[in-house]
Amino acid sequence: MQIKIAGGRIIDPAQKIDRIDDLYIVKGRIAAVGEEPDGFIADEEYDAEGQIVCPGLIDLFAHLREPGLTQKGTIGSETAAAAAGGITTLVASPNTKPVVDSTAVAELVQDRASDAGMARVLPLGALTQSMQGEQLAPLHALASSGCIGFTNGRHPIDSSRVMLRALEYAATHDLLVVFQAEDRALAAEGCMHEGTTATRLGLNGIPAAAETIEVSRCLILIEETGVRAHFGQLSCAQSVLLIQSARERGLNVTADVAIHNLLLTDEEVNGFNSLFHVIPPLRSQLDRAGLRQGLVTDTLDAICSDHQPQDAISKEAPFAATEPGISGLETLLPLSLMLVEQQLIALPQLIEKLTTGPAKVLGIEAGSLEVGADADVCVFDPEATWTVNSETLKSRGKNTPFINTELKGRVTLTLLNGQPVHRLKY
Amino acid sequence: MFNFPDPTQAQLTEDGQLKHFLDIEGLPESLLLELLDTADSFVDMSEQQVKKVPLLRGKTVANLFFENSTRTLSTFELAAKRLSADVLNLNISTSSTKKGETLKDTLMTLEAMHSDMFVVRHSDSGAAHFIASQVTPNVAIINAGDGRHAHPTQAMLDMMTIRRHKGGFKHLKVAIVGDILHSRVARSQIHALRILGVPEIRLIAPRTLLPRNVEMLGVKVFTDMAQGLRDADVVIMLRLQKERMTSALLPSESEFFKLYGLSEEKLAFAHPEAIVMHPGPINRGVEIASSVADGPKSVILNQVTNGIAVRMAVMSMAMSGQVAERAKKLEAGE
Repeated sequence: MQIKIAGGRIIDPAQKIDRIDDLYIVKGRIAAVGEEPDGFIADEEYDAEGQIVCPGLIDLFAHLREPGLTQKGTIGSETAAAAAGGITTLVASPNTKPVVDSTAVAELVQDRASDAGMARVLPLGALTQSMQGEQLAPLHALASSGCIGFTNGRHPIDSSRVMLRALEYAATHDLLVVFQAEDRALAAEGCMHEGTTATRLGLNGIPAAAETIEVSRCLILIEETGVRAHFGQLSCAQSVLLIQSARERGLNVTADVAIHNLLLTDEEVNGFNSLFHVIPPLRSQLDRAGLRQGLVTDTLDAICSDHQPQDAISKEAPFAATEPGISGLETLLPLSLMLVEQQLIALPQLIEKLTTGPAKVLGIEAGSLEVGADADVCVFDPEATWTVNSETLKSRGKNTPFINTELKGRVTLTLLNGQPVHRLKY
Repeated sequence: MFNFPDPTQAQLTEDGQLKHFLDIEGLPESLLLELLDTADSFVDMSEQQVKKVPLLRGKTVANLFFENSTRTLSTFELAAKRLSADVLNLNISTSSTKKGETLKDTLMTLEAMHSDMFVVRHSDSGAAHFIASQVTPNVAIINAGDGRHAHPTQAMLDMMTIRRHKGGFKHLKVAIVGDILHSRVARSQIHALRILGVPEIRLIAPRTLLPRNVEMLGVKVFTDMAQGLRDADVVIMLRLQKERMTSALLPSESEFFKLYGLSEEKLAFAHPEAIVMHPGPINRGVEIASSVADGPKSVILNQVTNGIAVRMAVMSMAMSGQVAERAKKLEAGE
């Protein structure tokens, strides 16, 4: 199949391309940018005038819920949501039932994803067995069967000795370890940021120190072991500074932030709306400012959705009794575009945080429109407005506070390996 | 940046009448004063031979207590009966792990029995808001205490007690002492005192019992009783739960009493005409000395008496707002 995407503004941060031009795709690969390749006959010509053409987005963290929690989401439903959001590669949480601590589960996730054929799914493996923080998971075997990296999720490894050994073992095999930093004792029972709003609402707070203490501990052990390390979904300004100073010392660590932590604060919880119940929590205005600054200074390499689909019942209870999480795959791009509208960063820099930035974190080839690359492409209309609607969301999780909110910027076409996996019907 | 729905007006009808009573925060001063005036009128009535009025005749009030409480439950029951309502008392355990499911199902079942008002006490902050906004918006919800968040009827009976003893609010120094962190009563009192124009609201407690950024609620924070009580017109003591000692918040009851317990010596720092209040039940010798609790400045039992009148006022006002709202919805064909 040969596709021409004509007349769009092509933005490819990997090649520093930003110009209005045509993109040619032949047999699932990028054939040319600009000049028509010899013998090209378009099976389909897609008019992208007024639209942005960029590499398919890479999302560093999403819960797909399969196996075991399919009432909240399936690999089929959630990768369809990814496609609708212009995301062609996503990193899946190992926190399923059972957790991804055996090759069987890792393979099942990838098989289901490849059957669905809507997005590339790169599973994270559990760092310890059942994420209990005691015995190492079979890291080498899991990596050999496709796990892109390892994490213990938000189940902190209390024993620094176990943590040190896990990192040493991962370093032995040059494996990526992803930290979702949270000190268990300080976060215990908390359901939102510890600050004025939590005080007013009488909800148990999670202090910023719950994150920064764990970030500090991890950084010391990373330095000790030299493991490839990434911090996922930072929520505190102070964490950004810790990462920044570690990098200045020469430590090779990367970090990402969830889009909602760049836009919202703990004040939204006012009124006990459980759709704002998310972990790590929405934090203070100062934290949000620090995260935004971290994005500008490139201390934060990527923006992720931190997609956590929930079934309706999980959100129907008093705030603290509800399950945390925001369903975010389909709103990642339009919400991120708000950062451009707010003049925080330029559009090419934003695209970088959603494509080459995360690709570098993972050490994968994706996220570029280079000739010969797999044709994972996202085309979006930056001016199109749409209202988030629970009936049209592809994700099984309708749990987004942006429901009924009008957003600007809409994905019109997503190609995976040169195949359309999403096409907006007006 | 976003126009999320404003949650603060959940308890008022469009024309500003009470339709639920969830929280003091966000209510106008005029409404609080109306509530206090209404409560005052019920006090006079309670002193008569026939103690009933027909304001809630034919209405069904269900007291849903997901947390145990004898005194709050009995004053609500008495208040509802004096308003001539049919009353159903339910003590419901929250041991089930799927709290949300149980809560929602329980309430929808009771709604199907045509209850007109739910008086709800629950251990989760925001439970009353959740019920009013998401489960049974057409039943008037009265918050009888939700987690650490609010206990608005308690705060209003305290305001009534203060007004009856001090004549008003605009000239007062009020000190709230003890476990502010876990206290829904303190939170509601702070909002009520501020809305009613009390110029100086003080909190006195060790740092472990003060929530983060509590100064943002418009209060002055003291960690020393002598300074905090100086010249105070009203001293409100809070109950200290025994489990605070085991969670590393305090070393011992005796140390707490020594530093923050209200003894006659410490009370001497306050204004000579000061009154002493406590939401009850009191822990004698832990947060308050018996001689003070039973002494001439204590108005603790007056608070209990006023509790019935305030709850009658809240129930009658919320019911009339809710009935008006329902009629409006019916007219609009909803």
